[in-house]
Amino acid sequence: MRSLVLPLVTALSMTATAQAEGEFIVVQSTTSTQNSGLYDTILPAFTAASDIAVRVVAVGTGQAIRNARNCDGDVLLVHAKAAEEAFVAGGHGLARADLMYNDFVLVGPADDPAGAGAAADIGAALTAIATARAPFASRGDDSGTHRKERVLWDAAGIDPDGASGAWYRETGSGMGATLNIATGMGAYALTDRATWIAFGNKGDHRIVAEGDAALFNQYGVIAVNPAKCPAVRAQAARTFIDWLLSPPGQAAIAAHRRGGRQLFFPNAAE
Amino acid sequence: MQGFGDAFASAFGLILRLDADLLEIVGLSLRVTLSATLCACLIGFPLGALLAVGRFPLRGALSVLVNAMMGLPPVVVGLTVYLMLSRAGPLGALGLLYTPTAMIVAQTILVTPIVAALTRQIVADLDVEYHETLRSMGANARTRMQTLLWDGRLALMTAALAGMGRALAEVGAVMIVGGNIDHVTRVMTTAIALETSRGELALALGLGIVLMVLSLALNALVMGARAGAGRMAHA
Amino acid sequence: MLRLVASGPGPDAMVRLEGVGLTRGGRRVLDDLHLAIPATGITAIMGPNGAGKSLSLRVMAGLVAPDEGAVLRSEDLAGRQDIALVFQKPVLLRRSVRANLRHALAVYGVPWRQRRERLGELLDFGRLASIADAPARALSGGEQQRVAMVRALAARPRLLLLDEPTASLDPQATAAIETLIQNTAHSGTAVVIVTHDRGQAGRLADHIRFLHKGALAEAASASQFLLAQKSPEAQAYLAGKLLL
Repeated sequence: MRSLVLPLVTALSMTATAQAEGEFIVVQSTTSTQNSGLYDTILPAFTAASDIAVRVVAVGTGQAIRNARNCDGDVLLVHAKAAEEAFVAGGHGLARADLMYNDFVLVGPADDPAGAGAAADIGAALTAIATARAPFASRGDDSGTHRKERVLWDAAGIDPDGASGAWYRETGSGMGATLNIATGMGAYALTDRATWIAFGNKGDHRIVAEGDAALFNQYGVIAVNPAKCPAVRAQAARTFIDWLLSPPGQAAIAAHRRGGRQLFFPNAAE
Repeated sequence: MQGFGDAFASAFGLILRLDADLLEIVGLSLRVTLSATLCACLIGFPLGALLAVGRFPLRGALSVLVNAMMGLPPVVVGLTVYLMLSRAGPLGALGLLYTPTAMIVAQTILVTPIVAALTRQIVADLDVEYHETLRSMGANARTRMQTLLWDGRLALMTAALAGMGRALAEVGAVMIVGGNIDHVTRVMTTAIALETSRGELALALGLGIVLMVLSLALNALVMGARAGAGRMAHA
Repeated sequence: MLRLVASGPGPDAMVRLEGVGLTRGGRRVLDDLHLAIPATGITAIMGPNGAGKSLSLRVMAGLVAPDEGAVLRSEDLAGRQDIALVFQKPVLLRRSVRANLRHALAVYGVPWRQRRERLGELLDFGRLASIADAPARALSGGEQQRVAMVRALAARPRLLLLDEPTASLDPQATAAIETLIQNTAHSGTAVVIVTHDRGQAGRLADHIRFLHKGALAEAASASQFLLAQKSPEAQAYLAGKLLL
């Protein structure tokens, strides 16, 4: 009976691929880009122009990079510049290009118990939170957002690890889940603006601090290296990246709005 | 309770509109779960019968193992299948990752122990009843297994339903091996997870209600068929 | 230990138990049993509870292996479909009567081509045509036992063993089964029936074998035995006075 399994699986997989006929690429990307609806806006334009379908796997940045290293994707699109450069340096990717940017914001309960809103910059805001021991929900998952958050704590001279489990709550989850937890327990959180604007469960929370230059959030795009990953769809990946970096792609990114606001600002090098 | 009201409204809206995205997701959920349940039954029914009726060394240990595997965490199964199917893994050349096939494989692994363990119990109980009669007819082990499986078909339908319920409801395995890719590997449960992460709680709950209605409908269908078959069966 | 014996059970005997012994749970349930079953006619095995009657049937059928002694079978009984057993409580499959019989034909290995015709014969023989498509388990006790009997005959066994087949049935059902048994014997099958019912033995049996405490106490023709028993155990039993 067990001998039936392999033929059955093969048959089922054939029906699966038969339905998916047509070229496609797999993009390993982040939850922030997916949750904000960016891909729903820009991908149809690309597919119409090139006849290549784009399959986005949206996971945390750390997982996306690992997946790409395992050759389970053709394109990597994340927002952790240091990790991206390491990826290319390690020979896993061809070259890194700036794609678009937006910014991070600090969100928290409307009444702002820690007084973070009154702070002069993000460092002072975080210090206020730590001093007040106000609950703070961290991604805790090695994502781009999480790395940025750690950099900011560092810059403010605070090590929140000692308070992990107390006022510093590491959710180990994606942005959306972390925001759900933050609004649920009245905690502060660092989030990218795009996810926040598109987020449907804001409850009583609002943006408490924003605009600091340190909150700059740069996205980069990388093609997976065919030398390391022979099965990669290098041609189609190239087409996609070229399109993203080109005027039509950049315009499509800029055109994506939620609540009347632009969420991502294209900044590919000319 | 505002959220629940919104959720029901959302669910009805989606169903009545026959929302195209919803239909696509429901269709894929059905395809993945039903395929997995079918495969699990093809493996689990004979395996359960063998464990009930066969006599071979390590039979007891295998039974315990199958029972224990009923409690496999879906996310662990998903991770294991991912490692197998990843390009960096042993079966990477098949290119099955992020396809419905991978999801079917993962769910089959989850469901087979349930079906096998329940089948073993059903067949063992029947064997107590039929053992002497079948032996006196000179039936060999294989004939006995076939006879008992067919005779227990009504109870086995329930075992299959139990397995199907587990598959329909799980999200951990299909999320990892499928990737929740829009129009390709997005099923009800992963869609619910996505909408939850978007904070769209009413919509997520609405989808959950649709999922439960789907499950109800499937169960009702099978139980109806069971009742019809039951009339031909036993006292 | 089962002795392998080249010779068969001897002329006129379908199966012979020689010095068969069996111990179960410390108790000696068959004790140096010498039992010969004639090749024709109906043999009734009688005796009090615990005499080993049912067990001796199972040993004859090969379902139970004795601890000592030999079971000698006629070469007519070489195939697995040549001996058939009917138990007191019929155990039918959860299918129609027809499907039950079809299943038996398949298990007994009756060739494909013959099955349809044989099925019709069996239904006729057991007067089951009118209930052929009814769910077997929904039938009355008597009807189920008729099905069980006819199922046992599916492959035309040379030896039919019946273990108190009518003990749970009412007189009308009993009569129907007894008719089947007689018709079976007339068609050439050797029949062995374990029974408590003296009247049944009188109606059916050609030969009687009386067992007591796992051994043969008396063997005689039925007419002789029922008229006058030679062994004190048999006499006491038929007088209703035998205590274990």
